[in-house]
Amino acid sequence: MAQLTRRTTDLLKPFSAALSSTRLLTTTSTNPITVETSLPFTGHRIDPPSRTVETTPQELMSFFRDMALMRRMEIAADSLYKAKLIRGFCHLYDGQEAVAVGMEAAITKKDCIITAYRDHCIFIGRGGTLLQCFSELMGRKDGCSKGKGGSMHFYKKENGFYGGHGIVGAQVPLGCGLAFAQKYSKDENVTFAMYGDGAANQGQLFEALNMAALWDLPAILVCENNHYGMGTAEWRAAKSPSYYKRGDYVPGLKVDGMDAFAVKQACKFAKEHALKNGPIILEMDTYRYHGHSMSDPGSTYRTRDEISGVRQERDPVERIRKLVLSHDLATEKELKDIEKEVRKKVDEAIAQAKESPMPDPSELFTNVYVKGYGVEAFGADRKELKAVLP
Amino acid sequence: MLGVIRQRVTCRGIPTLTLEQGMRVVASRTFSSSAKEITVREALNSALDEEMSADPRVFLMGEEVGEYQGAYKISKGLLEKYGPDRVVDTPITEAGFTGIGVGAAYYGLKPVIEFMTFNFSMQAIDHIINSAAKSNYMSAGQISVPIVFRGPNGAAAGVGAQHSQCYAAWYGSIPGLKVLAPYSSEDARGLLKAAIRDPDPVVFLENELLYGESFPISAETLDSSFSLPIGKAKIEREGKDVTITAFSKMVGYALQIRNLKTNEMVFPRMFYNRIRVRVLRIICINLQSYIFYNCMWNPYRLPGILAKEGISAEVINLRSIRPLDRSTINASVRKTNRLVTVEEGFPQHGVGAEICASVLEDSFEYLDAPVERIAGADVPMPYAANLERMAVPQQRGLATDQVHWPQLPKRYKELKLTKINL
Repeated sequence: MAQLTRRTTDLLKPFSAALSSTRLLTTTSTNPITVETSLPFTGHRIDPPSRTVETTPQELMSFFRDMALMRRMEIAADSLYKAKLIRGFCHLYDGQEAVAVGMEAAITKKDCIITAYRDHCIFIGRGGTLLQCFSELMGRKDGCSKGKGGSMHFYKKENGFYGGHGIVGAQVPLGCGLAFAQKYSKDENVTFAMYGDGAANQGQLFEALNMAALWDLPAILVCENNHYGMGTAEWRAAKSPSYYKRGDYVPGLKVDGMDAFAVKQACKFAKEHALKNGPIILEMDTYRYHGHSMSDPGSTYRTRDEISGVRQERDPVERIRKLVLSHDLATEKELKDIEKEVRKKVDEAIAQAKESPMPDPSELFTNVYVKGYGVEAFGADRKELKAVLP
Repeated sequence: MLGVIRQRVTCRGIPTLTLEQGMRVVASRTFSSSAKEITVREALNSALDEEMSADPRVFLMGEEVGEYQGAYKISKGLLEKYGPDRVVDTPITEAGFTGIGVGAAYYGLKPVIEFMTFNFSMQAIDHIINSAAKSNYMSAGQISVPIVFRGPNGAAAGVGAQHSQCYAAWYGSIPGLKVLAPYSSEDARGLLKAAIRDPDPVVFLENELLYGESFPISAETLDSSFSLPIGKAKIEREGKDVTITAFSKMVGYALQIRNLKTNEMVFPRMFYNRIRVRVLRIICINLQSYIFYNCMWNPYRLPGILAKEGISAEVINLRSIRPLDRSTINASVRKTNRLVTVEEGFPQHGVGAEICASVLEDSFEYLDAPVERIAGADVPMPYAANLERMAVPQQRGLATDQVHWPQLPKRYKELKLTKINL
């Protein structure tokens, strides 16, 4: 009996090889696959979109690859911070990758995204390179902001990424301003203004939302509800934690933010809505594994069981992995190979970033103004360190 | 000749208290036809109008700028001309609409955000400083913010503590911002046009009490391509004994204490002999009015107290708080060896303090006396009229009891300029 099974497995080896090669071919195909989101959407003053999402093997694999890259990048940033190569603030996005990746799948680079300080993965999603990311984190010349911004100030204007903002809640009126400009210029594009559950209580958000609704601006407010505003749980900060309902007269949609396809569907739906009817709020129910920032262990206000529970049941990368396996698009080994390849890419980028030099001292005085009129700027020692702003 | 002039005055039905004032009116009709005058309000309105028609990306946003025609009527007629897409009335939400304006500037539009007064800009100051001023630097040049924040700044009349603060020093300390403070109509037009065309965030500090003031203006200023350079102060009047720096409304006060006429035309006292010199006086007053209406702004005929003492003051209109024109100020101090800084705002960490520091650093050996600062009082603005008068530097009144003469020694070489209540 055992001999029989061994022989059959030997006989079947070429078949499995053939099957695996056909599987590799299908990862680039664009045959439609239908996927169901994990949970139905909940709407506020709006009919939610359907749970059924159309996707392709190519998209599914790209989701896996992109999310694995983001996950690996954030974990590498954690090590770099602990090695003191990254200074100051470092707010990590691991656990929330599905929001970045799902949103990108639904929109174009002409649509704008603006977010707060947890911006590394959004930057990558908008076309930023790993080298630019790690160089900026380490304050080197090759960084996306030439080392002058830091972790919280990544920008990529040509791809519609407007940062990268350190003041909680400020990015929401700025995002509505981007939408205002898009409407003014008659571009048929939208702006996604992302904020967290902590920022959802900010007054300027409601001021901006009022004006966006009054003027029918194509603004989509995306609340990435990871349930903790720094160390304060949402039930301690908000009387009404149904953030998708807080727009009152503005329609809202509650989305499972750990499911990239739910995010994609919601963003596509929101873009169509915003172009016709004005602002809409999307609440992404998501979770961050790290603390608020690298100086927060993240376990003083939540239990380790909670964190590991979410990791086991709702991890966004795992969900895509299961989908890929269930649709037979790749084997376990192939997925592990992709992860190894991603890890290698990240390590190479870090090595390259470490080689990148610090900005030249003359950069202290550049970019203060676009047009400086030859005015003098002074350093700490006014006699020794001064420059003329061109 | 006198009878004829008197007749003309009364025929025009213009109420004149004295003959001299009547002469002034006649002189204005006769001599000022060559020089046009516009109010600061008209200057700002025309500047906004021209910049909006020149560049379709420019739009105006603020409270009451549209249908109300502007809280101070600065944006009168713009809604009818450009429509509600470009002249946007906002709800009373400074933080919100300032953020929206800065976001629109990120995208590439050129917003002009109006604050009803700069006191309300404190609600939006995070967006002005953190979102607008610092963005070009933090993004290493990727995100530029071509925005103008404008509105009345400083004290108006009787508006109380929460509506009277001057923000020149607050915004003037921020790298990445440009801060402008016009005085005359020419300043208002030229600087606002320069501000709207500028690719950086500009804080444009107007003054409510100046809006209605008329200033003579040249044809060149009325041209739509006119603009003034940012970062350059203007020497309003040359002098050789003391430098007075001022901005906005205080320039008018400085000019007034300096002299109304040019230095050379100080009347010797004997000319006030009423019997002999009435005719001479008429001629001189006409001449004075000619010069007055064509060159200067001053409702009072009294010679400036400094001129009376024979002190020739150089008055510098700063125009630009940031960048501050340190070279003009220092060159002037090196010439005159004395400095008085005048401002309306709080003295501690004020504009005058920065000018003092700059002059100490660059022209210490040239100073013959310590720098004198004249600023608002170190108190929130009171409402009662007499206390309010004590809280800001005052213009001279006609009644002598309102005028505080400085105790100046006769020989101006030993000038010790003590607290001058202007």
